Amino acid sequence: VNLLTRNMSGMAGPVASIIERKLTDMLKPSHLQIINESYMHSVPKNSETHFKVVVVSESFTDKKPLARHRLVNDVLKEELSSGVHALSINAFTPEQWDKGRQVDKSPNCMGGF
Amino acid sequence: IETQQPRYLSSEAPRDVQKEIGDLVAKNKVVIFMKGVPEAPQCGFSNAVVQILRMHAVTYDAHNVLVDEELRQGIKDFSSWPTIPQVYIEGEFIGGCDILLQMHQTGELIEELQKVGIKSALMDPEDEKK
Repeated sequence: VNLLTRNMSGMAGPVASIIERKLTDMLKPSHLQIINESYMHSVPKNSETHFKVVVVSESFTDKKPLARHRLVNDVLKEELSSGVHALSINAFTPEQWDKGRQVDKSPNCMGGF
Repeated sequence: IETQQPRYLSSEAPRDVQKEIGDLVAKNKVVIFMKGVPEAPQCGFSNAVVQILRMHAVTYDAHNVLVDEELRQGIKDFSSWPTIPQVYIEGEFIGGCDILLQMHQTGELIEELQKVGIKSALMDPEDEKK
């Protein structure tokens, strides 16, 4: 099940769509959630600068958290070196996800960029 | 508005940021690169790292990337990690906010600190005997 956040007019932004496509193609996730958290930060409306992704994939099996994050960073290398400024990653194996791992709430903005 | 330009005297070498960073992460057991300073973080993710370290009562060096653009880019190249904050323990890159939070929640952070001779304030007295 893929969940892509949509803005008020019901459209997912272009960057969010690219992120969805790349993560789907490269990691074949059983569950994928992409949340545009830019609204929580001091950036203009409709920005696509801060994202949270929840990725559940077999690709993460036997990989420590840092390795999992590097894998996701690598898939999204281009986005991270252009407009995407912050990426919160929650990476689980299907086993972990089924056991009910929680996704953390992202911290509030504190003004800087 | 005054802009500061780097001034190279004939006897001065240009800045080697990678070497500088290598020296910085070796200077203390726990070193972080953040936005703002621990007393006044300028980013929620950086603040989360500061608060976690505070709970464990860890002393650490903190470097503010907002006042140093070369450091800000340099630290990303150094660790091949695209975002700030960044946490180093004994010169090794550990991760950012998400990873530190996860390690804090699972107790792994207490273990990692113990391995480098730092006693976390959150360590269970039982575990000290191990």
